[in-house]
Amino acid sequence: MEVTKVIDATRDFKVGEVETHALRGINLSVGSGEFTALVGPSGSGKTTLLQLIGLLDQPSSGSVLINGKDATHLNRDQRADLRRASIGFIFQFFALIPTLTAYENIELPLLLNGVKPAERRARVAEMLEAVGLTDRAHHRPDQLSGGQQQRVAVARALSIRPSMVLADEPTANLDTENGRQVMEIMQRLNRDTKTTFVFATHDPRVIKYANRVVTLRDGLVVEDNGNGRKPSGK
Amino acid sequence: MTQLLKMAFRNLGRNRRRSLLSALAVAMGLALLVLMASFVAGEIQGTLTNTIRLESGHLQVRAASYDENKVSLDWKDLVADPASIVAQLQSLPEVQVASPRLIASGIVTMGDQSRGVQVIGIDPASAANLPFQQGLVAGQFLQPDDREGVLIGKPLADKLKLSVGDQINLLVNLSDGGVDQQLFTIRGIYTTNTSSYDENTVFLPLAKAQAFTGAQDHASTIFVMLQNRDQAPAVAAAVQSPGFQVLTWEKMNELVVQLEDFANAYMVILYLIVLGITATVVTNTLVMAVYERTREVGVLAAIGMKGRSIMTEFLFEAALLATGGVIGGLILGSLVVAYFAHYGFYIGNYGISGMLLGDAIYPVLTLQNLVVLAVITYVITLVGSLYPAIMAARMEPVEALHAQ
Repeated sequence: MEVTKVIDATRDFKVGEVETHALRGINLSVGSGEFTALVGPSGSGKTTLLQLIGLLDQPSSGSVLINGKDATHLNRDQRADLRRASIGFIFQFFALIPTLTAYENIELPLLLNGVKPAERRARVAEMLEAVGLTDRAHHRPDQLSGGQQQRVAVARALSIRPSMVLADEPTANLDTENGRQVMEIMQRLNRDTKTTFVFATHDPRVIKYANRVVTLRDGLVVEDNGNGRKPSGK
Repeated sequence: MTQLLKMAFRNLGRNRRRSLLSALAVAMGLALLVLMASFVAGEIQGTLTNTIRLESGHLQVRAASYDENKVSLDWKDLVADPASIVAQLQSLPEVQVASPRLIASGIVTMGDQSRGVQVIGIDPASAANLPFQQGLVAGQFLQPDDREGVLIGKPLADKLKLSVGDQINLLVNLSDGGVDQQLFTIRGIYTTNTSSYDENTVFLPLAKAQAFTGAQDHASTIFVMLQNRDQAPAVAAAVQSPGFQVLTWEKMNELVVQLEDFANAYMVILYLIVLGITATVVTNTLVMAVYERTREVGVLAAIGMKGRSIMTEFLFEAALLATGGVIGGLILGSLVVAYFAHYGFYIGNYGISGMLLGDAIYPVLTLQNLVVLAVITYVITLVGSLYPAIMAARMEPVEALHAQ
């Protein structure tokens, strides 16, 4: 099953008089359960593509489908609704809410989705255990290491049981060991929960975890080892 | 909602100094408004109380043709047989005290100094004149049969360097249009803490004033104090009869009543100016918070928080600031008002024609003023926070996420 499909998507940015074509016609389909890496040098468009897939941005032309539904022309609130229910995010800069504890950060998407208290407690506990941070539940981000913060971010992204998790350079601000731990957690959760992961990276140590690698250059997909993927449906 | 409120509360704690200063600005603004409103209310109330107590009473019964601006002593303009009218008025249960007064224009001369004064003949035994008796600072009060004694105000005594026992020459206009003068001995010096009144008013026993001016047994007015001033219109209607004019305190103090309306309207403008400045502080605080937390707003939007929830969170922050500020302002304002209500705020001789302003203002704090000002402060603070809140709500997630 296709979780997301991008059809002839372009994205242009105009800064002053200068127009930049970040994406020049992307066609990409990601199936359920994939662990896909978007790779390429800086400026290749991988982050922009991730933003389109995550409905954080809209294409200048072309379409973006989520779970078979055209999400291209949804308004801001409608995109927020879809993200809230279907898409988890992991950012390079961890992106935890600093005034909330680890528990509360993981709980936040569940609150936004109206999940009932008992089920919220159960899911948060499950996610904390999955990332090995049960004993850090009531610590705030400034009381956690970088690796621990990113693990909380992973837990938060998965708490709503999304269709897919999008991660933008998830290990860029982590040392080798912490980066390895985070990637192994993501890979394990991909395997166990069959959640689709799409992550943008240029780190070769991270790319090796992916079972599909899509290479971008100058806003176009130049290589896609889609034959090597081992999609597993939910 | 609870989560948003929790986040708002914790966000204020991220920069405690800034949050405290913002709340303090709201508190100071509200305290200032409370003070201003209380001073205005106190001044108006004090002026009215003074004027009623000393000059107008709750009612006055005069001859139909009497004009207080002309201070006529012509018998046709005076009340004949005031004693019987006083007796009739005193029999009414609503009347606390009624007393005749004769009012004339005069000049006090001492050596080469002279001052124009109002000469009032009073019944020293009447309770209506207690304010002057209780205000004695030197000497004794007048006696009804005193033919040579006079009571003068302290400011006048100070200006003319007079003491009890000194003699002054008093020249008055007469009922036949002429003038007469006589030496009087100062029996006592009084103060009502209303410099404009004390400096310009001297008292004689009524009998002496009547004889001195040729008014015989006439009076310029019957001064009436009621049990309750709200009864004035009803009592005035009841005692009205041909040949007389019966004036209520509201009619005699129209200027003060109008001044109250004018002051209240003027104060609204001042309120808006003060609150506008206060709200600007809160707006600035929240704008800074939005800019500092732009990326965080992007993250919230990314995980699916809608714009209106983001806006609500910032409005909650403003509401919490406003709550702290309003509570602080009410306490601070009330304390300052309580202090001045006890000790008074000295303004000196601030005489305005037609009004008896006391030498000190005693602010009066009403529950209505407190509630209205608190609500207005709260609302305007929230209105001021709409701009940053809407700004945060309208951020595009992708732009916010890339902010530094």
